[in-house]
Amino acid sequence: MRITQGTFSYLPDLTDDQIKAQIQYCIDNNWAVSVEHTDDPHPRNVYWTMWGNPMFDLKDPAAILLEVNTCRKTFPREYIRLNGYDSRYGRQTTALSFIVNRPPNEPGFRLDRQESNDRVIRYSLHSYATDRPAGDRYNE
Amino acid sequence: MAGKKGQKSRWSAGVTPYAEMGYYEPDYQPKDSDILCAFRVVPQEGIEPEEASAAVAGESSTATWTVVWTDRLTAYENYQAKCYKVEPVHGTNQYIAYIAYMIDLFEEGSIANLTSSIIGNVFGFKALKSLRLEDMRIPPHYVKTFQGPAHGVVMEREYLNKYGRPLLGATVKPKLGLSARNYGRVVYEALRGGLDFTKDDENINSQPFMRWRDRFLFAMEGVAKAGADTGEIKGHYMNVTAATMEDMYERAEFAKQIGSVICMIDLTIGYTAIQSMSKWARANGLILHLHRAGHGTYTRQKTHGVNFRVIAKWMRLAGVDHIHAGTVVGKLEGDPNATRGYYATLLADKLKANPEQGLYFDQDWASMPGTMPVASGGIHAGQMHQLLHHLGEDVVLQFGGGTIGHPDGIAQGAAANRIAVEAIIQARNEGRDYLNEGPDILAKAARWSPSLYKALEIWKDITFNFESTDVPDAVATLTV
Repeated sequence: MRITQGTFSYLPDLTDDQIKAQIQYCIDNNWAVSVEHTDDPHPRNVYWTMWGNPMFDLKDPAAILLEVNTCRKTFPREYIRLNGYDSRYGRQTTALSFIVNRPPNEPGFRLDRQESNDRVIRYSLHSYATDRPAGDRYNE
Repeated sequence: MAGKKGQKSRWSAGVTPYAEMGYYEPDYQPKDSDILCAFRVVPQEGIEPEEASAAVAGESSTATWTVVWTDRLTAYENYQAKCYKVEPVHGTNQYIAYIAYMIDLFEEGSIANLTSSIIGNVFGFKALKSLRLEDMRIPPHYVKTFQGPAHGVVMEREYLNKYGRPLLGATVKPKLGLSARNYGRVVYEALRGGLDFTKDDENINSQPFMRWRDRFLFAMEGVAKAGADTGEIKGHYMNVTAATMEDMYERAEFAKQIGSVICMIDLTIGYTAIQSMSKWARANGLILHLHRAGHGTYTRQKTHGVNFRVIAKWMRLAGVDHIHAGTVVGKLEGDPNATRGYYATLLADKLKANPEQGLYFDQDWASMPGTMPVASGGIHAGQMHQLLHHLGEDVVLQFGGGTIGHPDGIAQGAAANRIAVEAIIQARNEGRDYLNEGPDILAKAARWSPSLYKALEIWKDITFNFESTDVPDAVATLTV
């Protein structure tokens, strides 16, 4: 399966040039770009590992793309996302967030159903990858 | 107040024109804390516009039809609403009356009380041919007495983990008659295909063919399964609208118990019930969607009722997270400029008066979170560039027929919509002229997406180009 979190998951994977154009859009809007990675893609896993702090002062899309690519080289088999953060008063939240790297094989999720009383079912998503310890996932 | 020649004194018994009783004060400087209203007034023949407007001020505040001595037991000058400006609308028999109300006239945090005053009696008033409330300025002093949206736009996006694009939804169709099991199938297909939300329609509550509890259970199965298929957070607006608050609380509690991220109410439940549900939604962590069922009966006609921008303001105060606010290009009423004004009213923190968009006043929301506008009714993937242009990014685009009517199936219809929105957002961010290049951008994406290709083909000629009945009279008012 293909995890479809993020702004552009229904498009073909973005090329470096396309990623650079999105970085430029963030810079033009005065959004700080950050890079995060994880091997636990549960939709409620909010806190992916930060690849350094948000790059508040970096205004060069090529330099930011270099960070993306260094992160990709370091974690080629993890999910990596690029975020644009809008710190404007009244907003102060993520403005853009899209996946720029995926593991070669995405096993996806199992839906666990716990049958409860009165026909109520309690659902939980179980990521197959997280059956293995962190750091040892998506390795084959 | 001594009477002029031929006029009786302010306090003699009998009937005195409203304008002479202090309800018309052209020199009045509105205070920062005043609630201001702009009414569109059509006086009866022979009634001066100032008198008609003063009558509106009077009847929506302290006045009754005759002088009462008991007014003199009060500091009545404070409580009298004051019409401070009357402007003719060029080329019509209409006038815009600006009226200021002292903040003490209204109970803190109560839409019911606010509206009982402002629109309580006055619309039936015989001295007026017609009356319409066009806009209100709610001062921060009063804004701050309301809870506001249970979550608001920023929190909703963080909760759902969805950024940088409009959210996508679909109303399950046919809206009446499906069994709960079949209904859940539509939910599942639309969500797994790529939509973020599906929705009960306004009139799906708990009917013989499908009771609410059964619908909630099957819909939740669809939501959970689609979540597993995509790795995304999904939701179905569970409509908890019912005959009594007790019923609504019961249904909302159940929606919460089974793990729904969102529930839904209709405007028909009334302002107080809406405020109650908003408190409940904040306390229980469910996003609150409002369908504006019934609003067209009083918002659409230019000389009668309440403009939707006022309803939008009341609903942001009342505290809904979503409200239907028009599509511009779809099947329901919505002039582009007026719709822009509604969206700004729902989302912005500080608004400047903008006659072109029908905004009569500056409005300071004093940091109250925004309500997400929802565009629903007769829209499809081929219009995505226009939708983004007119409505922006903070919106839920709801494609009911435009998802479920896809020839290859519901999931393919959903995918077409999702691909279209992502392609247009990508192009916009790349700095392209996405409005003019929209059809080309979509056609290019359709080359690798058969779902989008078929959607564009089947709905390519569908537009709803009718003249709007409700357009701002911007220029006319401005040049007066």
